[in-house]
Amino acid sequence: MSAPLLEVDGLRVTFPTPQGPVDVVKDLSFTLSRERLGIVGESGSGKSMTGRALLRLTPRPGIATARKMVFEGVDLMAQTPRQMRGMRGARMSMIMQDPKFSLNPVMRIGRQLTEALRAHTRIGKRAAMARVIEMLEDVRIHDAARVARMYPHQLSGGMGQRVMIAMMLILRPSLLIADEPTSALDVSVQAQVLDLIDALVRDNGMGLILISHDLQLVARYCDRILVMNGGEVVESCAARDLHKASHPYTRGLLAAVPKMDDDRTELPVLDRSTWGGT
Amino acid sequence: MTAISLKNVSIAYDRIAVVHNASFDVALGESFALVGESGSGKSTILRAICGLATEWNGEISVMGRARGHGPDRALAPICQMVFQDPYASLHPRKTVDAVLGEALAIHGLGDQDNRINAALDEVGLDRRYRFRFPHQMSGGQRQRVAIARALILRPKVMLLDEPTSALDVSVQAEILNLLVRLRADHGLSYLMVTHNLPVVGFLCDRMAVMQHGRIVEIAPAKVLKTGAFAHDYSRQLYAASMGDTQESEDRNE
Amino acid sequence: MSVFTWLNSDAPGSRMQANLANSWRVARSLLGNPLALAGGIIILALVLTAAFAPYIALQSPIGQDLQARLLPPSAAHWMGTDELGRDIFARVVYGARITLMIVALVAVISAPLGLVIGVVSGYFGGWIDRILMGITDIFLSMPKLILALAFVAALGPGIENAIIAIAITTWPAYARVARAETLTYRNSEFIAATRLLGGSHPRIIFRHLLPLCTSSMIIRVTLDMAGIILTAAGLGFLGLGAQPPMAEWGAMIARGRAFILDQWWVATMPGFAIIIVSLGFCFLGDGLRDALDPKKGGKA
Repeated sequence: MSAPLLEVDGLRVTFPTPQGPVDVVKDLSFTLSRERLGIVGESGSGKSMTGRALLRLTPRPGIATARKMVFEGVDLMAQTPRQMRGMRGARMSMIMQDPKFSLNPVMRIGRQLTEALRAHTRIGKRAAMARVIEMLEDVRIHDAARVARMYPHQLSGGMGQRVMIAMMLILRPSLLIADEPTSALDVSVQAQVLDLIDALVRDNGMGLILISHDLQLVARYCDRILVMNGGEVVESCAARDLHKASHPYTRGLLAAVPKMDDDRTELPVLDRSTWGGT
Repeated sequence: MTAISLKNVSIAYDRIAVVHNASFDVALGESFALVGESGSGKSTILRAICGLATEWNGEISVMGRARGHGPDRALAPICQMVFQDPYASLHPRKTVDAVLGEALAIHGLGDQDNRINAALDEVGLDRRYRFRFPHQMSGGQRQRVAIARALILRPKVMLLDEPTSALDVSVQAEILNLLVRLRADHGLSYLMVTHNLPVVGFLCDRMAVMQHGRIVEIAPAKVLKTGAFAHDYSRQLYAASMGDTQESEDRNE
Repeated sequence: MSVFTWLNSDAPGSRMQANLANSWRVARSLLGNPLALAGGIIILALVLTAAFAPYIALQSPIGQDLQARLLPPSAAHWMGTDELGRDIFARVVYGARITLMIVALVAVISAPLGLVIGVVSGYFGGWIDRILMGITDIFLSMPKLILALAFVAALGPGIENAIIAIAITTWPAYARVARAETLTYRNSEFIAATRLLGGSHPRIIFRHLLPLCTSSMIIRVTLDMAGIILTAAGLGFLGLGAQPPMAEWGAMIARGRAFILDQWWVATMPGFAIIIVSLGFCFLGDGLRDALDPKKGGKA
């Protein structure tokens, strides 16, 4: 295997509170090569904060520190905010939960995408538009030219999320972070969007970090899984070995999901006291 | 007598029809689900039954009583609703005590102290949460408060609008267990709206599949074990949901 | 168990404790904000000055002494004297009473009026909304001071009429704010839940929507206080507010205008008083805006 795409050692995200600083991510370490990594956890587990910290987008007043955070040979912690802006979008990008909040409502789709493209590369207007149409077609939007002329509110949820994906991938980044990319979508659309992300990531040889609360979904689309609870990784395993997970938290999560052919009359509930979690 | 009965109900919002000719019965003590994707009109049916959507025609009856349009005070002690978002369904400036006490005050029920404590016990919420504000509680605790509020008037019918979709899986399991137990304890009838088929399998006896404002199929929940749906759309929906719950081996090789 | 742990407890044992804890949270966040604290101290000083005016100002605010007219500030007259030899410090101190009365009465009349009209309008919508907001817009479209002037001219000059005139001109802004806020809440699930419990319209309006709009109203009113003081001063300046010899800050500035080049203190001292009190209300209003947000600092 070649040099890792991303190396994180001792990542810590701290928020000050009236009761003193609280670590929402505690000493997280992992390496990522060109593979698909899933980060799973419940709300408050620190999974989204991890994703944001990788892009150096920790919201105020939080502070992210790490002993080492190297992406493609670049030390992320040593980058200036300006250098980080150059990295984001171009070399690593992030898909957020709800496309409606991430797209500018008063700008046409085509314009938003060309702007993203032109902000990072020297490319003529016409060439940029051609590239945008091509990208929209890549995310399986059939009448790309028409969609490019639409405003975000005219798009359905699934379509909006595809446009977001196009926007995030148009600069061919080598790492894509997807934070709950489909939880605002209907089940049937969910699968389409995830299949699309999966195909694009594989075709372009990118790294993917998929952040979700849904263990099964992450298991289906990733190679490796980190299970987070209370800011710590409690379990790290290959996706195919998920059913062999050993930590009581992971086992509890797996068991708590109702199955399609459930005969249980009561779902097992996590006993949080067993591993001292929150 | 049926718990809920709809005959040829069409519902509109601002004169735009969103539900067409819906008919179904929920038997006493039954748990019935409305499933479908967003925009299929399933939540609209709940809103019409409880009186929040008033533009409808056809016949709706609850516990054998035909209901009029608009909220109905006499219906409140019979039929209550639990909403999807536990963050939006509690007044941000009212304590749990005030929320539960209000239901009692509206209907002139005395002995608030005991009734509120009993309601908290029933939904498995410790009594020390009684004087907390919503922002001092987690999502699951808030949803328990919302359920306690719906339950405190001792209704016979509960309308559940995606009661667990905003919650974490482990919390979802707790709330689902609670709903199962409450139904058994109080002989409740449930009408639940959801997009999550496994939840239907766990909690419900029968379900209606909706698409574009029409009920395309009514099937027993047992069908979820085999996927033997009659309608194409139901099978599609089932297949999409199956992907979610299947073991992961097949895709990773 | 000390009082503080009792107040900070996350599991209050009674309604009273929960409410006190909430007030304590607001107070603590206000105390932690230096500007809000400064504003609070200024307002407190204003209230105390008004209450104990006779003990603070040892001279009479209306006693004339033509021997001592237009004296500059000195040990005997801290802020100098005016053209009738009255001690300006005493007049500013007594003027605090009038200012406070104006501010309090305007707030008591116009804020609840605007709040109720706005909430009713926003909650019911339809033709009720159109009629109420039509009236509101008519009032809003006219300049405040001119409208107040017209009312005072019709009612006759005097401090009571000035207060009524100012109150009539300020409520429309509150109605607009309250309506806008009501619109964001009226379709929310907790209002729907109350309707399903059988809650009547008045109950929803007064028990649910009004409390939600009140905090932004309090903030808005404190921020408007400066404007109200200035409008009152403007009316006084034009001779339509407080009548002589009453010590009102605006009227004092009006009188001092004649001597502003040679005897600057006559107009400047009450001017300072207006500025400081206005600033005090602004700071307090800003601080309240942060403190009254229940989501802030509430997650412990």
